Amino acid sequence: MSGRVYVARSARVAARKLGEEMLVMSAVDSTLFTLNPTATILWEAVDGATLLDEIVNSKICSEFEVNGEEALRDAEMLAKDLAKHGILLISDQPITPANSRVPERV
Amino acid sequence: MSALLQEMSDRALALGVPFSVQVDLTYRCNEKCIHCYLDHDDHGEMTTAEIKFLLKEMAEAGVFILTLSGGEVFLRRDFFEILEYARELTFCVKLKTNAVLIREEQAARLRELAVQSIQVSIYSHRPEVHDAITKVPGSLRRSINAIRFLKSQNLKVIMANVLMTANREDIHGVRALADELGVECTLDPTVTPMMDGDRSVLTLNAGESALRQIFRDEAFIGNAEEFCAPPPPPTPDSMDSLPCSAGHTACYVSPYGEFYPCVQFPLSCGNVRRQRFIDIWRNSEQLKEVRSIRLRDLTSCSKCAHGSTCTRCPGLAFLEGNMRGPSIADCEKSYARTGIPSANLLAKTETAAPRRLVQIQLVPAITGSRFDGIGAGAQ
Repeated sequence: MSGRVYVARSARVAARKLGEEMLVMSAVDSTLFTLNPTATILWEAVDGATLLDEIVNSKICSEFEVNGEEALRDAEMLAKDLAKHGILLISDQPITPANSRVPERV
Repeated sequence: MSALLQEMSDRALALGVPFSVQVDLTYRCNEKCIHCYLDHDDHGEMTTAEIKFLLKEMAEAGVFILTLSGGEVFLRRDFFEILEYARELTFCVKLKTNAVLIREEQAARLRELAVQSIQVSIYSHRPEVHDAITKVPGSLRRSINAIRFLKSQNLKVIMANVLMTANREDIHGVRALADELGVECTLDPTVTPMMDGDRSVLTLNAGESALRQIFRDEAFIGNAEEFCAPPPPPTPDSMDSLPCSAGHTACYVSPYGEFYPCVQFPLSCGNVRRQRFIDIWRNSEQLKEVRSIRLRDLTSCSKCAHGSTCTRCPGLAFLEGNMRGPSIADCEKSYARTGIPSANLLAKTETAAPRRLVQIQLVPAITGSRFDGIGAGAQ
């Protein structure tokens, strides 16, 4: 997946930071997720307009002194996993409210 | 509550975060239910701007679950503006409504805004019973139509029933209706006093025999033998456990900005029109008092056989006069469930016993009495 990757939070979630962790509930099926502190930093940073590798470099690598490639790979895996549940959106184009619809409850 | 949600709620408790808040947007209502605990006149509801300001403060304080209720929330013309803002702030929003004003358009909007669940009050499957309780002809038909609109949008709907003498024969009918509509169904076994303390509505309660019947009906309570088993003796852990989430991870805000530990616990802890939400949550002396309540400290409940399993509601106890005292409604439930009277019911029975005709009373001490100096006299 490496390359131009944009990630945005779905509008169809409920989310709140509790301590260092993020609690996220999908409105699609009411599934609950908790994100660890690193995933929470990503969650808060993704805006649909900034490339994922830029976010990883600025928010993760600098903060945690980790290898950039490895961190990006982990971030992409997390994004793909959460996108499967409809709580994150992934695109090779910037994501705007107009193109950010996700499948609704079925 | 799911295990993960419970875990998060426990973490919120440890962090001192108000995890779940109910905000009543209005006390006005288009139904006039016979058992309702509210005064439906408008005494100066918060404006749209005030509510939005409150929601922002609540999001910053860490509130995750936001229940919007009333009165009837759809009577507020700004309801969808408030809801939209709440969802922008990523609250997990639950609604309580009679659904009478929900049509296809409103149901579609609720789905767009990803509302987590909608609780609809249904008191009977028979119009003549439900409509007599709401005092609005045609209300059952409209509420059921609304549930169908909500279901067609794949929204989660919960039918909420309250057990009363007027509908005690219909509880299975309501459950069958819920099954037919494909929605969940809850049954609250007790009518509660009005928020101003008026207890006259309690005469609507279905009574002990109805409670006993329901507490042995596996359609409602699961395993009856387990549910009705005699309570285990209180353990040190249960003596120190919290009575409920009120004031610990949950609280309530009225349409006038009054801050209470719970909708059923009308102890004013402050007003969000004058104070910041988080300041009330952290610093209210009343909330600190509520948070200090433990079974161990309750005079009679701590010695009661039901101590470890009782559903004692501190709000109902408060409405009975003392938040550290018994909640007789819960004593009655424990008795109906197990057949074992609570310590408070026993004490009540003893108090109500007829007075003896001849009473022996100690004579008060008399200073300078004739018994001085011979080692006698009352103390």
